[in-house]
Amino acid sequence: MDMNFNQHISAQFNADLETIRNKMMTMGGLVERQIAAAIDAICDGDSAVVEEVIRREDEVDRLEVAIDNACTQVLVLRQPAASDLRMVIAVSRVVRDLERMGDEACKIAIHAREYTQSSHSQICQQAIRSMGAEVVKMLTGALDAFARADVSDAVDVVRNDKLVDQQYASALRELITYMMEDPRSISQAINILWILRAIERIGDHARNISEQVIYLVSGTDVRHSSLSEIEERTQQ
Amino acid sequence: MTILKNHDTKGVAFVDDAKLTARHVNVFYGDKQAIFDVSLDVGANEVIALIGPSGCGKSTFLRCLNRMNDTIDRCQVQGDILLDGEPIYDGSMDVVPLRARVGMVFQKPNPFPKSIYDNVAYGPRLHGLATTRVELDAIVEYSLQRAGLWNEVKDRLDAPGTGLSGGQQQRLCIARTIAVDPEVILMDEPCSALDPIATAKIEELIDELRENYTIAIVTHSMQQAARVSQRTAYFHMGQLVEVNPTEQMFTTPEHTLTEAYITGRFG
Repeated sequence: MDMNFNQHISAQFNADLETIRNKMMTMGGLVERQIAAAIDAICDGDSAVVEEVIRREDEVDRLEVAIDNACTQVLVLRQPAASDLRMVIAVSRVVRDLERMGDEACKIAIHAREYTQSSHSQICQQAIRSMGAEVVKMLTGALDAFARADVSDAVDVVRNDKLVDQQYASALRELITYMMEDPRSISQAINILWILRAIERIGDHARNISEQVIYLVSGTDVRHSSLSEIEERTQQ
Repeated sequence: MTILKNHDTKGVAFVDDAKLTARHVNVFYGDKQAIFDVSLDVGANEVIALIGPSGCGKSTFLRCLNRMNDTIDRCQVQGDILLDGEPIYDGSMDVVPLRARVGMVFQKPNPFPKSIYDNVAYGPRLHGLATTRVELDAIVEYSLQRAGLWNEVKDRLDAPGTGLSGGQQQRLCIARTIAVDPEVILMDEPCSALDPIATAKIEELIDELRENYTIAIVTHSMQQAARVSQRTAYFHMGQLVEVNPTEQMFTTPEHTLTEAYITGRFG
């Protein structure tokens, strides 16, 4: 009896699962670059970068559909169970989050066009930079945790989401102050608000991906749980 | 003969409302040990699926539950098996009524070379369950209805049972088992000789039968185990490796061997 549990009897099944996983990582890498580029575009005002982010959004969408179809194929043809099933389900959920992150990056790029042209472009720039860097780090961390099947790294990402939420709340207070002091800044402030909101949402999606890492590794479904609940359930 | 002990079965092997109780069961075919210290409960009105690679002892264990192994000369069963708390291997236990209480359906449908009616009426006649023809008719109709076969055969009850299709024959065998009013039904790969439609009908039937009976089913189809059972037991080389609620077994098994088997990494 072959006791090598790393490989399926069917080599094609191994290959199918490996392909799905690799494609998801490729898509993750692309989305990571999209987000980083969109944030840079706000801070540097590079319009070529803005157009590039908007153009590549289609590529993200196509990858989502292709990977999701590949997952359906494996479900139909292989009826995966246990860790294989969790892998397919987790990938299918992660690509949906990645696609939405791609959408948010695209939104940031669109708002960047107006932001860089406005006279209030210094408002909240520090918050945008630091939140932006944080969510890119979260996404990288979530994808690494997925690749290494590391629950403790995944929980770290969930922890960082809380920090991003705090930064977001503080940036909102700053924006409100500007709007109260100078009503002419309101339309610009709302534009910035959309950007901050998009970055904050990207953090939420990175957290969702980390939750799927926990599901993949331990089978525990921690969606809609608080940080302390997640910490408790992953320590069991 | 050596008896291996002290291996751990992962998961939930015991239940509160056990219909069948097996404790420290060892089975030998001559000098060769086929089952090693298996302890397992089958709960009332539960469907439990026994899975595992060929030769893992799942069918041997199933056959212990109504003493079908008695028919094999060299087979020796040790340990305790209780039906409603009553030891079935006790000298005072008569195997004929035991096998009526714990019925069995086999891999290949095996109708008697008799009419459909007589196939079902055979057991009740033997056990004296009906005193009049009217009573017997009622048992035959009820059993065929419970087996989901009544509408297909009610106009040709005199036709030979062997003339039915494979799926119908298997449902006839289930009707024959039900006719003697069993408490437990053991099924040894009941669908492996059937096409997908006939299989779906039997699976649907298993779900309905659970209301009145306790069912233990050996199956090679993991999808079937997942569909019909509430708990699944995984056997490996004569040992009971893991028993858990079916849903958990197929998403997050506890033992690496279970994981490897159900994900198709060996078998």
